[in-house]
Amino acid sequence: MKHYPPKFFLRFFRWYCHPEMVPHIEGDIMELYAERVRKSGKRTADLKFIVDVILLCRPGIIRPVTLERNVNQYAMVKSYFKVGWRNMLRSKGYSAINISGLAIGMAVALLIGLWVFDELMFNRHFKNYDRIVQVMQHQTFNGQIGTQVSNPAVMAEEIRNVYGSDFKHVLQSSWNFSHILTYGEKIFAHEGSYFEPGVIDMLSLNIVQGTKDGLKEMNSIMLSESVAKACFGDEDPINKMLRLDNEVDVKVTAVYEDMPENTNFRDLKIIMPWTLYLSQNPWVQKMRDPWDSNFTQTFAEVNENADIETVSKRIKDVKLNRQAEEDRRYKAVVFLHPMSKWHLYSDFKEGVNTGGQIDNVWLFSITGIFVLLLACINFMNLSTARSEKRSKEVGIRKSIGSVRSQLVIQFFSESILIAFMAFVLAIGLGFLALPAFNSVAGKHMEIPWSSPLFWLIGVGFTLVTGIFAGIYPALFLSSFQPVKVLKGSFKQGRMASLPRQVLVTVQFTISIILIIGTIVVYKQVEYAQGRPMGYTVDGLITTGVNPERHKHFEAIRNELKTQNAIVEMTESGSPITDVWNTNGGFDWEGKDPNLAVDFPNNGVTPEYGKTIGWQIAEGRDFSRDFATDSSAFILNESAVRFIGLKDPIGKVIKWNGDDYTVIGVVKDILVQSPYMPVRPAMWHLTDESENVFIIKLNPNLNAQESMAKVEAVFRRFDTTSPFSATFVDEDFASKFGNEKRIGTLAAFFAVLAVFISCLGLFGLASFVAEQRTKEIGIRKVMGASVQNLWQLLSKDFVILVVISSVVAILFSYFFFTHWLESYDYRTSVSWWIFALAAGGALVITLITVSFQAIKAATNNPIKSLRSE
Amino acid sequence: MKKYQLGEFEEIVILTVGVLYKDAYGVSIKKEIEERLSRNVSMGALHTALKRLESKGYIKSFDGEITEDRAGRPRKYFQITALGKKAMEYSRSTRDDLWKSIPKVALDVKMVG
Repeated sequence: MKHYPPKFFLRFFRWYCHPEMVPHIEGDIMELYAERVRKSGKRTADLKFIVDVILLCRPGIIRPVTLERNVNQYAMVKSYFKVGWRNMLRSKGYSAINISGLAIGMAVALLIGLWVFDELMFNRHFKNYDRIVQVMQHQTFNGQIGTQVSNPAVMAEEIRNVYGSDFKHVLQSSWNFSHILTYGEKIFAHEGSYFEPGVIDMLSLNIVQGTKDGLKEMNSIMLSESVAKACFGDEDPINKMLRLDNEVDVKVTAVYEDMPENTNFRDLKIIMPWTLYLSQNPWVQKMRDPWDSNFTQTFAEVNENADIETVSKRIKDVKLNRQAEEDRRYKAVVFLHPMSKWHLYSDFKEGVNTGGQIDNVWLFSITGIFVLLLACINFMNLSTARSEKRSKEVGIRKSIGSVRSQLVIQFFSESILIAFMAFVLAIGLGFLALPAFNSVAGKHMEIPWSSPLFWLIGVGFTLVTGIFAGIYPALFLSSFQPVKVLKGSFKQGRMASLPRQVLVTVQFTISIILIIGTIVVYKQVEYAQGRPMGYTVDGLITTGVNPERHKHFEAIRNELKTQNAIVEMTESGSPITDVWNTNGGFDWEGKDPNLAVDFPNNGVTPEYGKTIGWQIAEGRDFSRDFATDSSAFILNESAVRFIGLKDPIGKVIKWNGDDYTVIGVVKDILVQSPYMPVRPAMWHLTDESENVFIIKLNPNLNAQESMAKVEAVFRRFDTTSPFSATFVDEDFASKFGNEKRIGTLAAFFAVLAVFISCLGLFGLASFVAEQRTKEIGIRKVMGASVQNLWQLLSKDFVILVVISSVVAILFSYFFFTHWLESYDYRTSVSWWIFALAAGGALVITLITVSFQAIKAATNNPIKSLRSE
Repeated sequence: MKKYQLGEFEEIVILTVGVLYKDAYGVSIKKEIEERLSRNVSMGALHTALKRLESKGYIKSFDGEITEDRAGRPRKYFQITALGKKAMEYSRSTRDDLWKSIPKVALDVKMVG
């Protein structure tokens, strides 16, 4: 009877043993086993067999992890690159398309990457980044929750007194404003704020010169390096006296390093002590109720172990607890907005943070990835399309002994080689395009040449791109069966080109979506720009008021009018393009007593209407002829609607208990966001010193001429400050800055996307034409016309573009309708946008393809048929 | 510097291969050593040594006949190569040298002690 050793151990042995050694060792142990069975029985033999198997399990007999011999692969890899290089040179056209397409895609990714990085790094400069917060409040006005940064001037003190244990610093601060600095004869204007002394520590200011305690004395000032340089040149600025706003003398106590561009404090160029603010504005401390007016900002730094969220909840009633009874209906909720969210999450709607700039960061990141994806798709398509040319190579390599993994590596090394060439090109392109990109994006970015991280990410990214772009060709080409490709019976069937067609469809879908997006953004901007403004913007300029100018208002006005330099001028609390002052405390007949209102309420001189050219809808304009106009209101139409006045003229509105008569109604004036509804607003007359002069230049003179005259007159009456003015139309245009920026960038990306897609299409078309040379030749001989052939070659691509258009239109309809809903005043997504985008894509496709198609169709068939 | 590397067990194995001449394969070598040296030899140790000797080029192998006991697996016979012979001679001469260099006294003392 024949005996067999334990099967499990025999299998175990076969599993671990080096395949080359299996036969004879197995033979040996089997021989021994048989002998032992005969000698001492099966049991002992089995045991000894097991011992043998276990003792055989040792290095030298165990199989290596991979069966191939571990030789140095250097030569092979070198040959891959060599072959890759030669292949590239052999088909220069395709290589150029590949590399330039990839390079453009990468350059776009590079620029967007820099931009996104810059956005994410915003404010990171500050050491206490994680702990700095701004104290803000939600209040309910006119039935809506509004969110604001402005606070009562006593906010910081109150928080310090009540919740001090949670904070390291709580600091009151003014708005960042332009201040006049006078040093001897020289006059400068620089932006800065009044701050409590803790700001030096909170913002970790780098004091370059002077004391680290520079805001202790009331009459002191701290300058940024750039301001110190501008004011004093090479002189030592410390302890020099400057005159601030022509009011007080202040001593320079310290010079600090300018804060970087991508921080919220980039314009904080000078810092004065908060105590000085209080002494310059004595009314602040004499207010009847310091809590009923919001006109300053509050910043804070929470303690190291404090949780911002928790502290924020704790302080929410800090204002409510101190407010007068009738002000509580504003439902003030104080909260902390962390520094990490200032820039990217700055929008609030109905008291909820709704994002902000982060949306754009996402939008551009996705666009960047898509553009890069398009370039990768080109690469995939061209490589697989041309695979038939290389199928023989694959066959030969395989029959000589290449295993599949080697072929995969070969194709990857080729794609990585191309990706790296594209990377080098992309860096060059990015470098050239960066200045233009910076000006569009409004940034000061640089390529961080010396940052290892940048290179690491760049190279890593290139590798990933190379692998991603090469993954499909590598897996596809390496799967060919050598017998088939070498015998020549290898033909890619219909299915082989399916993935290629899908990819082309994806490309065109993305391109068409980008085109539609660009058009929609432009249409929205145009729509908002065309919105009726309610005043005449031409020739309007704005300049600041100071006490000297206010005193001479009449004289300046008369002088300028007699010189014919201006049509009219007025003094106003706010410029036309912004609201600097709002008031509550209004009452009228039939008002819901619980409704808390807050209107822009602008104090102006009687010439206001004539200067800006508003349109009176009802009643009359302010006039110097009526003494009673000092207690009169002019309302805009929205205010009339909001208040619900049937017959507004002559009605009385109470403001802080005083009666004001409505004497006129004007058409709505577009003041703030061009995308939002116009707020209910009112105007009253004032003699106080206000904030700005608005001047209408004489339209019969050219702007420079009249500006020169205006400046001369202002200088004559006011020697204390430099004259500077802004044009209202420019201020108005800046309201579209963000949307225009998005529009320009979207257009830029759309053009590139289309270009890259067409590049790929061009390559594919030429490939198809080349592949079908013989077919075309035969068709021609049979009598096909050039037009027939053109149709034949273009049809396939046109079908793909049509499919893309349908997908893209469906997607964009939903996406952009949703996007537009974030604007109250918005255009619609009309059908002609889709028609234009799809039609455009089709035309571009036809042009691209036709070039190749016609070239192939006009070839002499003799040539194409003769060659073998 | 060592000219030829030959471990102790390897030397025994290669000598046995020589002894068995044309009949040296795994099982026979194992038995021969066990018989002559009265020690147990595991298959693992033996095959490791054989593999090392072969990779050093001291022995070469060829497939032999298939017997019933071996379940269809061929025997693998080993033969000493010229290089193997040199290595053995080298090993032997170094030992002889060492033997010769031992002063007689040393061995005498040993025997007495």
